[in-house]
Parts: sequence; structure tokens; C-alpha cells
Amino acid sequence: MALGRFVPFDPAAWSILKIVLRNRPPIKIGKRATQSMNFCVCIKQVPDVQASVQTGRMVLNAYDASALEEALVINQGSEDRIDLVLVGPSSASETIRKALAMGASDATHLVIDEAAALDSHAVAHLLAGHFKDHTYDVILTGKQSQDSDAGLAGSMLAELLGLPYATNAVGLKADGDAMVVTRQGDAGQEIIEISTPCLVTCSNDMNNPRIPALKGIMAAKRKQIATDTPEVPGSRTVITTTAPPPNREPGIKLEGEPEDVVSELVRRLSEEAGVI
Amino acid sequence: MKPILVFLSVQDGRIKRSSLEAMTRAREVASEQGADLHAALLGSKSSELATEASNHGATTIYLLSDPVFDSHLNAPVIAGLEAVIRKSDPRLLVMASTEAVKDVLGSLSVRLDAAVLPDVASFDVAGEEVVCQRPVMAAKMLATTHSSHSLVIVSVRSGSYEATPSPVDATVETVPFVFDAADLGLTIREIVSSAGNTVDLSEARVVVAAGRGVRDEAGRDLVLELASITGAAIGASRAVVETGLFPATAQIGQTGKVVSPDLYFAVGISGAIQHVAGMANSRIIVAINKDADAPIFDVATYGIVGDCFNILPLLNAELKKALA
Ligand SMILES: Cc1cc2nc3c(=O)[nH]c(=O)nc-3n(C[C@H](O)[C@H](O)[C@H](O)COP(=O)(O)OP(=O)(O)OC[C@H]3O[C@@H](n4cnc5c(N)ncnc54)[C@H](O)[C@@H]3O)c2cc1C
Ligand SMILES: Nc1ncnc2c1ncn2[C@@H]1O[C@H](COP(=O)(O)O)[C@@H](O)[C@H]1O
Repeated sequence: MALGRFVPFDPAAWSILKIVLRNRPPIKIGKRATQSMNFCVCIKQVPDVQASVQTGRMVLNAYDASALEEALVINQGSEDRIDLVLVGPSSASETIRKALAMGASDATHLVIDEAAALDSHAVAHLLAGHFKDHTYDVILTGKQSQDSDAGLAGSMLAELLGLPYATNAVGLKADGDAMVVTRQGDAGQEIIEISTPCLVTCSNDMNNPRIPALKGIMAAKRKQIATDTPEVPGSRTVITTTAPPPNREPGIKLEGEPEDVVSELVRRLSEEAGVI
Repeated sequence: MKPILVFLSVQDGRIKRSSLEAMTRAREVASEQGADLHAALLGSKSSELATEASNHGATTIYLLSDPVFDSHLNAPVIAGLEAVIRKSDPRLLVMASTEAVKDVLGSLSVRLDAAVLPDVASFDVAGEEVVCQRPVMAAKMLATTHSSHSLVIVSVRSGSYEATPSPVDATVETVPFVFDAADLGLTIREIVSSAGNTVDLSEARVVVAAGRGVRDEAGRDLVLELASITGAAIGASRAVVETGLFPATAQIGQTGKVVSPDLYFAVGISGAIQHVAGMANSRIIVAINKDADAPIFDVATYGIVGDCFNILPLLNAELKKALA
């Protein structure tokens, strides 16, 4: 245990941090099997938050895409599996195909009613049911859903399955029977070794997920998606209303010569806003 | 009503202000409901902090003093809070939405058979229900969510409430705690702390945040100077963190931290929805961007269309004068 390596505040230290961040496993061809793992990635279909709310465009949760990408990098050149599981309405099979096209091995779709509103707790129970008879070295989830920003289902699932877990991973590496996780904490990064089987929730800050190539898309079309229609457990939290947040007061743009604009800003910050 | 228990997060030997903010709100709710206010402190030096907890209204303070809590691992915190919950038997467990709390929230709720309302902007108790408002869809929408479960855990976004003291006499109870490291399943190899911020982002009254427009070391120096003049914590967009100019702990947004200071400077930040999700509740937002159409101007209180390499030297000089 090497605790508390202290990196003082200076630009050089920040680049040390960067090195730690980017110190990812090199691409290994024909590597030892112990450096890969059998993974299952839990994926969710979410509304595209970047589009305006009305379009209804659905996408693969970005954090889950990063989890899958990381598994694909770790298992490159290995025979180990990367399976997928998704809880969602039948229309979510579209998203499963996209994730298969990225290179996942197999997928299970736990089909629920379009109208069923599940909270993270209900999702975690459904996933736990699935993992009762599907075992993996490592279960990966996103750190949160882009639509609900709950960030709960991963660690709930770990507790239900009695697995050790780490959240908010920004780096991941297989090392023998363990996973080495770099997680983003409040005041820095923590590098943790977890014995497998385990569960890790992933940040999108760990990589940029690949765009599926044509070959992958074609292969994904031919793959069978296993389906199951589990009984939906009750949710413990209920959303009553969803509405746009109160509007901010409209702001003003200060225009003119830089010198004038800057003094105008400082005057307003002090006299109008009272913040300096 | 049964008590409200507040878990107080400790960092660098101090109770985090976001915990005291959550506690202040918990105190209001407790007094409206005629409930007791309890606090939990976990850490090797927890007893030294008990006075601060009673200064903020906790009448019973549960202490768990074990160095295992200083190691940033989730399993001991879950076991520790489980031990406190058995004693306190609360209706509501309230905590600040820190990274360390996010790390345990889901598993803790399963362990305690509780419901969770995560990352809320406000919360209340109405009859049998715990009600909250929480930003969703990258803070484009605000959801009102409730739970009538017998135990509800709420985590509160920093800056949602003002922390105010209200001293009371308190009973301090030490909870026996033994943690068997053998069933941990995980070990810390290394902690790389970035002391990049002398001011904690979640507690800062002023935040100076840099984006990709701050493209190099010279730009960073200007931003650091602005932060030092205004006593600000340093924030960053994801794009500029990726360049390595700023540490990942400075990232603000949907993936990064949520802040709501009195004054937020966005320098060379376009204002993507995932960034705005982390700073839209700042009271005054100043945006400096050379693109007049950048979406950051939609949320800015004051916008300056200009090159930050021209604007910042002038602004730093002017602020230095004004604050002298
Ligand atoms: C799931 C998900 C989560 C994300 N989470 C986060 C998050 O937590 N935080 C976050 O920040 N982003 C997050 N992002 C990324 C986000 O979408 C944007 O890509 C990012 O915020 C862009 O950063 P930027 O504004 O610095 O860069 P850009 O979008 O490249 O903008 C740079 C801006 O600088 C301006 N500029 C350039 N030169 C100058 C100059 N000399 N002077 C003044 N202005 C100049 C440009 O006009 C431009 O507006 C997330 C994305 C996803 C998909
Ligand atoms: N419907 C779902 N199907 C499969 N996995 C899910 C589902 N919902 C959530 N997850 C996983 O749990 C993570 C976090 O969930 P949440 O608690 O919703 O923020 C997501 O990133 C997914 O990996």
C-alpha cells in the first residue's frame, strides 16, 4: 500500500497527473489470458440529451459506451467474452445492435413494457436476476444514466450480488485475477486493486468509444439477441412531474473597446451584482 | 417523525461545507416535523469534529473512529453507516453529494433496504412522503420525485442551501466498530492527490473555469492569475482537461463536479449542455468567448465577446485595482 503520494500544485505536477491518467494498457496482441477477462456490460438506451427534448431520438448511454470500449480494448486479441445485457422496451433492441456492432460477443434483452417506469433499484433487481445464472469475471456499468443522472444501479447491483466494486473509473486494467481501477475521487485519483469477480462503474472520461465499422454492423445484424420477459419489480421512488427549470434572468453582452468593456464588467460586478 | 440523520463528510480534517449545508436544511425539516437531528462522523479524528456538528444543531452525534475510514474505500463506509443507522433508526439519512458519497449511495441503500433520492437540489417531508427536486436530462429538466419508503436516503448537491450554525447541547456516542479488511476484496494501491486547488471547488464562492479556448500554458497562467486575484477555485471543461492543461478533479459538468458559486467565470468555454449541467445554478456567470454565438452566452449574466488572451490581462489588472 502506497498511500498519499502528494503531487504539489504546479504545472509539472499536472502533467504527472496526465501521465497517470493516460497510462493505459498498451494494445496487446497474443497476450496472456490473465490480462483479459470475461466481461458483461450493462447497457441502457436513453433519450439523446443533446437533441431538443421533443425529438425522442434514443441513443446508447455514453457512459455505457465507454464501459464497452474499455472492455474491447482490454480483451483485444483474446478469446474472452464481452456480453451485453439491457433492460428496456422491445424498441431498445436498436441500441443493442449498435453495441454489438462495436464488437460485443452476445446480448440479452430483458424486455419490459414501454410504459414501465423503473427506478435504478428496480433495474438493479432485474439485472441481479440475470446474473444469477450468468457469471462473469467483471461486470461493467456506466457511472450514471445520461437521462436520470442517478448513478445508482451499478453499486446496487454489486451489493445484490455480493461483489466488491469500484465506481467512477477513469482507467481500467486486468492484472492476473484482479482488476486495477483508477477512479476519480473528490480530491484526486485513487488506484484500487479489486479481486474478481467484481463490478466497476465507468466514466466517459476513460476513452472515446469507437464508431462501429461496416463489418461490425453487418456481423451484428446476424447475431441472435436472447430475450427474456421478467416480472417487473416495484420502484421505490416515483417521478411526479418533470418540467423545465426556472429561467435565468436574461443576461447582457458587453460590447465595445476591450478596455471599456472590462471596466464596465468590473463596475457591474461590484455595483450591480455585489460579488466583488 | 423518526429522527433525521446527517452523514458529515470530512476532508482534510474539516467537515465539508456541503455537508453543513445539507445539515442546515435537515435541521429545518426536523424542526417542522418535530423530529430529532442526529449526525454521523466517520474517521480517525472524528471526535475532534463533534463540536462543529453540535454547533449546527445535532443533538446526538455518533462517532466511529477508525483509520480505515481515511483510506477512501467504499466498503468500510457502508459498514460504518449501517452500524450508525441501527442506533439512530432515522426516517431520513441526508448527505452531501460528494464523489465519496456517490461511491456508496446505491450499495448502502440495498444494504439498508432503503430508497434513494440522489443528487437533489431540494428536499422536504410531506406527510408520509419524502419529496425532492432533482435536475435530470443534463439539467435541462427538473424532476419532482418522491418516495414513501420507510427509510429514504437523500444526497444534496453542493450550494443548494446556505449553511448556518445553530448551537445545541449534544450527546456524543462512540459506536463500536471493527472492520475486517480480509473481506474487503479491494486494496488501495496509490492515491494521486491533485492539490491543484487550494480552494475546494464545491465550497468556492468564486470559480474561474477554463475551456479549450485557453489553449496553452500562457492561457492557463492568465486563468490562474484571475483565480488568485479573486480567491477562486479553478474549474475546467472536459475538452481542456483532455489536453492535460488542467487536472480531472477540476472538471465541471455532468461527468465532473456540480458547483453553484456566487460568481463563475467561463473562459473559452463553448457552453455545451453537459458543461452547463454543472454550473447553471451559479448566481452570476461571466462568459468570455470570442464566438458571439457560443451557447454559454445564453446562461451568462455578463458576456464579453472577445479573445481571452486580450481580455484577461486587462481584466486581471482592473480586478487587482478594484480589490486592492
Ligand atoms: C456524457 C457526456 C458527459 C460530458 N460531461 C462533461 C463535463 O462534465 N464537463 C464538460 O465540460 N464537458 C462534458 N462533456 C463534453 C461537452 O459535450 C463538450 O465537449 C465540452 O464541454 C467542450 O469543452 P469546451 O467548451 O472547453 O470546448 P469547445 O466546445 O471546443 O469550445 C471552446 C470555446 O472556446 C472559444 N475560444 C477559442 N479560442 C478562444 C479565445 N482565444 N478566446 C476566447 N474564446 C475562445 C471557442 O469560441 C469555443 O466556444 C460531456 C459529454 C458527454 C457526451
Ligand atoms: N435499463 C437498463 N438496462 C441495463 N443497464 C442499465 C439500465 N439502467 C441502468 N443501467 C446500468 O446502470 C448504470 C447506471 O444507472 P443509473 O442508476 O440509472 O444512473 C448505467 O450506466 C447502466 O450501465
